[in-house]
Amino acid sequence: MAQLPTPVYNIEHILNSNVYEPSEDTFLLLDALESDLPSLECLNPTLVVEIGPGSGLIITALAKLLQGKAQCLAVDINPNACVVTQNTSESNRVKVEVIQSDLLSGLRREQKIDVLVFNPPYVVTPSEEVTEGEVIVRAYAGGHKGREVMDRLFPLLSSSLSDKGILYLLVIKENDPEDIIHRLSQYGFIGKTLLTRQVPGEKLSVLKFTRSCDEKQL
Amino acid sequence: MLLLTHNMLTSNCIKGVSNGYPLIIKATSIKKLESDFNPEFLIRMIPKLDWSAFYKATLMLGDAEISIPEKLIDSYEKDSEFLKKVHHALLEVEVVEGDLECPESGRKFPISSGIPNMLLKEDEI
Ligand SMILES: C[S@@+](CC[C@H](N)C(=O)[O-])C[C@H]1O[C@@H](n2cnc3c(N)ncnc32)[C@H](O)[C@@H]1O
Repeated sequence: MAQLPTPVYNIEHILNSNVYEPSEDTFLLLDALESDLPSLECLNPTLVVEIGPGSGLIITALAKLLQGKAQCLAVDINPNACVVTQNTSESNRVKVEVIQSDLLSGLRREQKIDVLVFNPPYVVTPSEEVTEGEVIVRAYAGGHKGREVMDRLFPLLSSSLSDKGILYLLVIKENDPEDIIHRLSQYGFIGKTLLTRQVPGEKLSVLKFTRSCDEKQL
Repeated sequence: MLLLTHNMLTSNCIKGVSNGYPLIIKATSIKKLESDFNPEFLIRMIPKLDWSAFYKATLMLGDAEISIPEKLIDSYEKDSEFLKKVHHALLEVEVVEGDLECPESGRKFPISSGIPNMLLKEDEI
């Protein structure tokens, strides 16, 4: 089976910079992308975006896979994550463009993104931590149901993803994946669970969304 | 920041700004990169570009080596001279330091080490 290239990364640099350390969730998302390589190949994406790249591991793996066949872009609110992502891509000799911003604000929303990947802050925390926390807290703090950050992305999807665009989203059980799938169906997307893994303390899943057929015919 | 990325950035997220596009580039440091020429990728990417913003961006850099026509030419798929110019302007010119400026409000977004900072303060949204 085809493989997603494994990037090299400098764990000390990541930890010293106060950036989210590659963890179970990161690796589940990489595994999910690898399991879905046939659809990625068939899509032949032109523009690939990761929100919240942290260490940059995931977007760098995609950039290595797509070498020059797609433009890879990463957006993080944390300035250190932006720098580390740039370093990770450079040490793997691929080009990832990095922007410091909040979700997709600052990007023109004209249905151009072919692949969107987001491992959001998903941990259930007090709401204050989502907006007032230190940048490293904002890496995991998801507020009510752990949904406060990802919920702000959902209304932007229809205007951001291309016709055949795919969203890969990492969630935990507390985020209520069924409800997320239901919400996104109201924006014209069908979702399914690509991969699930129980790790100590968390039941992680990767959801995959594409435009539903009715929407395409519109 | 490559011109490809510049093409996708807007300041219309600022309260009161309606278009905010294209952002004005005020570069203080520019670096030339080398990247593999991939016409198949360019042919897919060109339709996603706002050509007029791309053309304006090349003018803002004021570098004779970066030159593309004002209007997108017909049947560019077969014109490898043209595609090479696009390749260079789009993917081989990196704005390392400088500012992006909102054409409507004058708000500046700093670029440092090639990373533009588009974050807004709460009272700007
Ligand atoms: C759970 S970490 C995931 C990091 C990395 N993708 C991984 O899988 O290891 C979430 C990341 O999202 C970033 N982030 C949080 N809120 C964000 C927002 N509103 N816009 C962009 N990035 C955000 C954080 O700074 C952090 O880097």
